Amino acid sequence: MKNDIVLAGVGGQGILTIAAIIGKAAMNMGLNVKQSEVHGMSQRGGAVLAHLRISSEPILSDLIADGTADVIVAMEPMEALRHGRSLSATGAIITASKPIVNIGNYPEITEVLAELDTYPKSVVIDADAIATEAGNARGSNMVILGAVSCFLAMEPEKLREAIAAFFARKGESVVEANLKVFEAGRQAAIVA
Amino acid sequence: MTQQLLLGDEALAQGALAAGLSGCYAYPGTPSTEIMEYVQSSKLAAERGVHREWSTNEKAAMEEAIGMSFAGLRAMACMKHVGLNACADGFMNSAVTGARGGLLVVVADDPSMHSSQNEQDSRYYAQFAMIPCLEPSTQQETYDMASYAFELSEKLETPVLMRLSTRLSHSRANVEVAEPGVVPPRIVADPNDRRYVLLPAIAQKNYARLCDKQPSFEQASEDSPFNRYEDGADKSIGIIASGLGYNYLMEAFGGHCPHPVLKVSQYPLPRAKLARLLGECQTIMCVEEGMPFIEKILRGPLADPRIKGRMTGDLPRTGELNPRKVAEAFKLELAPLREPSKLVQMRPPRLCDGCPHADTYRAIKAAIADQPGARVFGDIGCYTLGALPPYSAISSCVDMGASVTMAKGAADAGVSPAIAVIGDSTYTHSGMPGTLDAVWEQSPITIFILDNLTTGMTGGQSSVGAGKMEDIVAGLGIAKEHIRTITPLPGKHDENVAVIREELAYQGPSVIVSRRECIQTLRSKAKKK
Repeated sequence: MKNDIVLAGVGGQGILTIAAIIGKAAMNMGLNVKQSEVHGMSQRGGAVLAHLRISSEPILSDLIADGTADVIVAMEPMEALRHGRSLSATGAIITASKPIVNIGNYPEITEVLAELDTYPKSVVIDADAIATEAGNARGSNMVILGAVSCFLAMEPEKLREAIAAFFARKGESVVEANLKVFEAGRQAAIVA
Repeated sequence: MTQQLLLGDEALAQGALAAGLSGCYAYPGTPSTEIMEYVQSSKLAAERGVHREWSTNEKAAMEEAIGMSFAGLRAMACMKHVGLNACADGFMNSAVTGARGGLLVVVADDPSMHSSQNEQDSRYYAQFAMIPCLEPSTQQETYDMASYAFELSEKLETPVLMRLSTRLSHSRANVEVAEPGVVPPRIVADPNDRRYVLLPAIAQKNYARLCDKQPSFEQASEDSPFNRYEDGADKSIGIIASGLGYNYLMEAFGGHCPHPVLKVSQYPLPRAKLARLLGECQTIMCVEEGMPFIEKILRGPLADPRIKGRMTGDLPRTGELNPRKVAEAFKLELAPLREPSKLVQMRPPRLCDGCPHADTYRAIKAAIADQPGARVFGDIGCYTLGALPPYSAISSCVDMGASVTMAKGAADAGVSPAIAVIGDSTYTHSGMPGTLDAVWEQSPITIFILDNLTTGMTGGQSSVGAGKMEDIVAGLGIAKEHIRTITPLPGKHDENVAVIREELAYQGPSVIVSRRECIQTLRSKAKKK
């Protein structure tokens, strides 16, 4: 099995946390993992990109070839579009809908959402609203993780275990809060 | 053995610790920073008292590592590619002295210059110094090569350069990690051994010895487990793939390449394997991450048409490789691509909200608003982002410390006012010699030292002169009345502008220390409490 996942967002949105949890789940399953990341932009409002590759076979390139990614996972809609060319013809694009407008020439959000709609498999959800409704306003990235879990070739239980392990040292209630928004995101993607 | 998900940088650090490293010396620089950070947070390093403080610059780091190697223990100096420029003197001459305790120089290159001024290829430095070079392809190889490198260094009494690059340094993968070995016994020198005294009479003998060692370096490459000849039936093309290039090549061919492939991960080039490839194949494709180093050697002065790669346009001349570019070089079938989105805009990094540098730039711009001859020479750090809108404040950023020296040279040429903008860590790295020149000649320049009490851009590492700028520049000879301290805050804008105007008018060297703690380090300190 293989999953080639492109993760994108704006610095500070928790993109690398999503990648770390999926990577840990894969490691626990005895799979090979390669994850390349951009460092340093997280505080500075710049675009963040990670390539996460999971496979039962040895993985060669650290980078995913354009046109071959199985999934684009994004925390920001324009960032999702930025990496559209990475996606294979049968791939899925999953993104939070809320724009981060920290540049002067941000495009019209209606046009961004319309373009996302032209992808054969797209899931655009208001991760912030879903997180807030589930009682964990800061858990938007776990909402998106829940959404993408529908498109990964691994049992969602493996991701739940990885979330629990990742947040364990912050206490039981934090783990529960994150598992809750993960479920909410998963439900939102199933419905979408 | 256990499995861990490690960055290339982390794999190198763990491998070095496992090999009994006694000292890690480094200056922060993307993509190498995480090597020292790993050693700093390693329990094993703490237990063993491994040296793990940041050095003031790469020259200091390199020479400190040489000092530890002189004393018979294993040391490594770590830096980004341009850092090797900063320590080239020590580096080149460490090859002439030879190594005693294993000496590893780890350099992380930045093809595509994601966060650097150029994409120079460190393999050239190893060739120039005439020392062995290791270039791993995977995180596992990086880990395995650490102990191999120290053993090679001690056996052949030479420093060894290990060349990483971004997609290895900053990429995580599963690594099989062994139980760490013990720290090997100190290598004791013969008391009559004077090899480290590079007076001409001794250096000439050393250099002859270095030349005589070259066949043993070549043999080591020939015998190396990291150089591999993988035969293939289709000999119309023979491929040389080094470092990360090998990964992209095999990815492009789905793991099964029909052509013979020479995987190169140790230099000097393995001559016998190279001869076999050149003898058996018609054209040779060179797949290298970085500059066309091997390719140019093979092309020779007359551009041998058999040799293909970046120089022939089969691969792009500039920028990092990726699997698609390599697939294109071999005319393999490519996945169809969507048209690029016309909506997407650039989202470059910018100064954080509340960053002190923003206030400093606003004040400088206001002070020079009516002085069209003013030029602001910038330097390397977060404040380099002041080149972008809305500040568009700086005219140059060339290399570490060049703000001060370029301002001085420009002032010599009549530029007025000539202003330098430099951070606290960059200032201690290499701002001081230029200041001494300006003092000696009483050059009319104003040096802004942006003291945010940290090395910010690379993640908030310690800065050796933070908070001490006024004392340092007074010690260098700047007149006390022309050392001013301002606090970069919106509420202080007008008084800061007034101070700046006074010093810009002064026809001699002045320093304005603009001090407020980086808000990122401030925040993370608050979190820890």
